[in-house]
Amino acid sequence: MTFGRGLRALSIASAVLITGAFALVFFWAPNDADQGFVQKIFYLHVPLGIVTLCGFVAGGIFGIQHLRTGERAHDLRSYVAIHIALVLAVGVLITGSIWARASWGQWWVWDEPTLVSFLIVFLLYACYQPLRFSIEDPERQARYASVFAIVAGAFVPLNFLAVRMAESLVHPRVLSTTGGAMPGEMRTTFLVALVGMACLFVTLWKYELASKSASIQLRSLKRRLAGDDGLAPLSRSAAPQQL
Amino acid sequence: MRATVAALIRKDLQLERRSFESVPAMLMFSVTAFVLFHFGLDRGALAGDLASGVLWVTLLLAAVLGMNRLFVAEREQGGFDGFLMAPVDRTALFVAKAVVLFAFLCAVELVAVPAFVVLLLEPGIGQALPELLAVLVLANLGIAIVGTLIGALGVQTRARDLIIPLMALPLLVPVVIAAAEATAPLLESGGADPFPVRWLGVLALYDAVFGLLAYAVFDFLLEE
Repeated sequence: MTFGRGLRALSIASAVLITGAFALVFFWAPNDADQGFVQKIFYLHVPLGIVTLCGFVAGGIFGIQHLRTGERAHDLRSYVAIHIALVLAVGVLITGSIWARASWGQWWVWDEPTLVSFLIVFLLYACYQPLRFSIEDPERQARYASVFAIVAGAFVPLNFLAVRMAESLVHPRVLSTTGGAMPGEMRTTFLVALVGMACLFVTLWKYELASKSASIQLRSLKRRLAGDDGLAPLSRSAAPQQL
Repeated sequence: MRATVAALIRKDLQLERRSFESVPAMLMFSVTAFVLFHFGLDRGALAGDLASGVLWVTLLLAAVLGMNRLFVAEREQGGFDGFLMAPVDRTALFVAKAVVLFAFLCAVELVAVPAFVVLLLEPGIGQALPELLAVLVLANLGIAIVGTLIGALGVQTRARDLIIPLMALPLLVPVVIAAAEATAPLLESGGADPFPVRWLGVLALYDAVFGLLAYAVFDFLLEE
């Protein structure tokens, strides 16, 4: 299984795009009339959030493919997508908190449905690794993790719907994150940042896949050389250890 | 399929009647939680959204106890093996377990809701009973579906009692939102406010989505 294909081009593309996006954010996009400079965290926070949620859903889609085909590589894809999305989700929560503090004066605001839904989704996915970790049989681990990834992936949109309904009819939306009302320069900057972040996610995902599959292959080569006795036993892990 | 489901349900109900493992524990937990809320909130009587929140959080946590126990007999007494060897549709187990959990929840609420009215609720709920029943049934359905799926997912792990609540509670947040929002106006002191029907729609949508989803993926939890 070669996961490393196109990695160089992707790495260069995401480095250029992310650097370019930051350059645009700092030197080109205008300061927000209301919030001033602090609003620029938006170009980091929102793309990060969108990419994270897409990563979670992608994990579910790979989960479906794993259950349909039984190929372990899909489980590895699903695991790595959710793993990286989970790491980025911490970044989303932190940048979101900073922004909330700067613009609303509080670290956490329950009135903002996007914030609350994101926290719920984060809490749900935080169980993904413990679930995998507590199942020993690797085949069952992969199967159960896929079921979880599918259910949780479907939960993401439904949860956003429910939380938004609970709040939006009482409170008007303070900020439109879809960018419908953004002036042209802001929108361009935002789109570059979004594409850059998506590119970064795919790059990280491919790096992690390549690394995981390389160590799995290395282990099977070692087993062929030294036999089962010559290998240190695998320590229990949440990550897939076979392909 | 129908005969299989009926047989499985009969088995579980008989098991519960003889061992009294789930329903009494859930019931005791609910009543104890009401007492805790009384002291924790330091209130003699609740109304409106506070009452509805206390009721739903308690019922949800009690339901988690049921989820934890739901597949234990299958796992520990070899019920899974027996079921897999039988030439029957595997979805039957999902349907039967969801019905059983639904029945357990209804049985618990039959006592816990009146206990809540007596212990904590300020206004009576006589006039709002049909609406409350509709919310209870739809919410129970959602909890039963998700609970069965997560129960089956979690029972094979080594940390069952930890994993099941951790997975089930975030998944059930939409149910709590919808059920609590729908119940709050019914429990207002000084007569019920107009009933927000759209929350029943949300509950029904949730039940339908997770019902289909669980139906699609449940088989994969049973393969050996």
